[in-house]
Amino acid sequence: MEAFTHLTSLAAPLQRANIDTDIIIPMDRYLTAEREEMHAYAFETLRFLPNGAENPDFILNQTAFRGAKILVTGANFGCGSSRESAVWALHGLGIRCIIAPSFGNIFYNNCFQNGLLPITLNEPEFTQLLDQVDAAHARPFEINLERQQINSPDGEALAFDIDERRQTQLLQGLDDIGATLTRLTDIKTHRQNDERNRPWIYMTPDDPRV
Amino acid sequence: MVCNLGDGFSLLQVDRNFIHDLSGTRALKSLADQGRDVRYPDLTFACPDHTVSTAADANHSGERYDVCVDPLRALAREQGIRFFEIGEPGFGIIHVIGPELGLTLPGTLIVCGDSHTSTHGALGALAWGIGASEVAHALATGCVIQQKPKRLRVTFEGNLQLGVTAKDMILYLIGREGVAAGNGYAIEFAGPAIAALSIEERMTLCNLSIEMGAKIGMIAPDDKTISYVQGRPYAPTGDTWEQAVAHWRTLPTDDGAHFDHELSIDVTLIEPQVTWGTSPEQVIAVTHTVPSPDAQSSVDKQAAYTNALTYVDLKAGEKIDGIKIDHVFIGSCTNSRLSDLRAAAEIAKGRNVAAHVTAWVVPGSVDVKIAAEAEGLDRIFKDAGFQWRNPGCSLCVGSNGETIGAGKRCVSTSNRNFVGRQGKGSRTHLTSPQMAVAAAISGKITDVRKMMER
Repeated sequence: MEAFTHLTSLAAPLQRANIDTDIIIPMDRYLTAEREEMHAYAFETLRFLPNGAENPDFILNQTAFRGAKILVTGANFGCGSSRESAVWALHGLGIRCIIAPSFGNIFYNNCFQNGLLPITLNEPEFTQLLDQVDAAHARPFEINLERQQINSPDGEALAFDIDERRQTQLLQGLDDIGATLTRLTDIKTHRQNDERNRPWIYMTPDDPRV
Repeated sequence: MVCNLGDGFSLLQVDRNFIHDLSGTRALKSLADQGRDVRYPDLTFACPDHTVSTAADANHSGERYDVCVDPLRALAREQGIRFFEIGEPGFGIIHVIGPELGLTLPGTLIVCGDSHTSTHGALGALAWGIGASEVAHALATGCVIQQKPKRLRVTFEGNLQLGVTAKDMILYLIGREGVAAGNGYAIEFAGPAIAALSIEERMTLCNLSIEMGAKIGMIAPDDKTISYVQGRPYAPTGDTWEQAVAHWRTLPTDDGAHFDHELSIDVTLIEPQVTWGTSPEQVIAVTHTVPSPDAQSSVDKQAAYTNALTYVDLKAGEKIDGIKIDHVFIGSCTNSRLSDLRAAAEIAKGRNVAAHVTAWVVPGSVDVKIAAEAEGLDRIFKDAGFQWRNPGCSLCVGSNGETIGAGKRCVSTSNRNFVGRQGKGSRTHLTSPQMAVAAAISGKITDVRKMMER
């Protein structure tokens, strides 16, 4: 997985709460597009007009924010379906960091599996950031994951919290499966003990009907 | 717990790994690409519910089957995973068949690449939805990495009024607290009104936990839970059953346990609920009028309400009772179980679906379908003008190609009224199965209680 250490980019404000994963990637696209193609349909209903042309009102279509890798958005971003294609679509679009007051829990986890940094900011820091975005006028922000800082173009720094484990995972670009498989002995021992303690879990007799 | 990973994270063994034809197929493919095997095929169960057609005459072939269903079947067989074949006993929506087959047991840790995995919490299981990468991790390692969530208890007090269901309880809660209220929490639903619910009603309630932002919702196992599980095809038997029951009796929350947050709901205040907008929190009692954006507290919320009203083509102040509809969908992992169909059939009996309405009943599983037909429920629905279809996720999410047209309005027993959820431009109103039947019959959103009075 791609590591995330720091990022310098424009920050695009998408001020809307409860953006669900159906909005980030519609079901018909999730079904038929390959992972690498998902970006073409990210925010499809917001980004494009019914005739297929770009919607000039959508923030990422505006000259000042085109190519922004930081998205500053409303509460509960990524709520709804567990589809990881929502993260793939945003990643494909170039987004590497999303800052919001809160996130859909499954989406939040999915970000870390793909080298994308979700930052949760409480009030009043979030409002402060929105003001900074307003004042940025196409100048980039810097995200420093190691120091857990968002640096505005005017030199103001906002601190953010992140679990140490997740921070390390992103900084090093760690693959969870590889890391967990180094604990195979623990995994096997656990099951051996559990088969004695909770035998009913492992009683999955052949269903005569199936 | 397999081991403590530090910083509040644990490596936990997955007791039941349910996989389906979207994230499950993707995860199995990625494992195959990496040359990795499934660690615990005996604890993994595959069922293609999302992309299968529910039409009676479906031949189950085409692009969706090539991409989603057939590789799931092939890779499941290769890895020794039990695969529930389309149309055969045991087949159905994964969150319906898990409990129904006795795979979902109290105290089990269940994951599935589907946000409505919270459903299984109704039996006192710890169950949550994960993304495709985490599904691959669960398959390859038999484990999941999870941080201990904060704990929220919602206590429901009082008795439900006539015509009010578990669906109305949870929609009311989401409407009051908002769709982000459960973020970061595992919810325990408790109190006398929860104890009074059947296990299937509890599934409806836990199913919508994720719509409140919580990926885990659960209810402590009680006598009802234990008698529900007993005798099911995969449930333990003999001495092991006794041992299991003894363990399950120890699972309920201790008196005086600490919760990070507590909420209380008086269910006597709840009337049949209908969503009016494009988020499950945009919900009102059927006796109310569509709320005005101007009355909302924040600029963001005003904008959200205005956008939603435009999308669903409703006006602030309009009565929700009486809004004309085009479709009715009775089904989904929320409301497609036998008790849902019985309750729906009771309203449908001897009545007719309005001429301009297309109304579907999609049973949650083959077993539900067989049981419903044995009781003659299919006859009641068909006589009333409903289509009686085969099991699958169907119109809840449209991933099988079953959608309604742009601008069409559907009263649906499913879980999400998002923009485009039932097809591009579709407008969804979430209700209980009883309310959905009332809408089908009258051709408009209707207070079902009018049809319940003798």
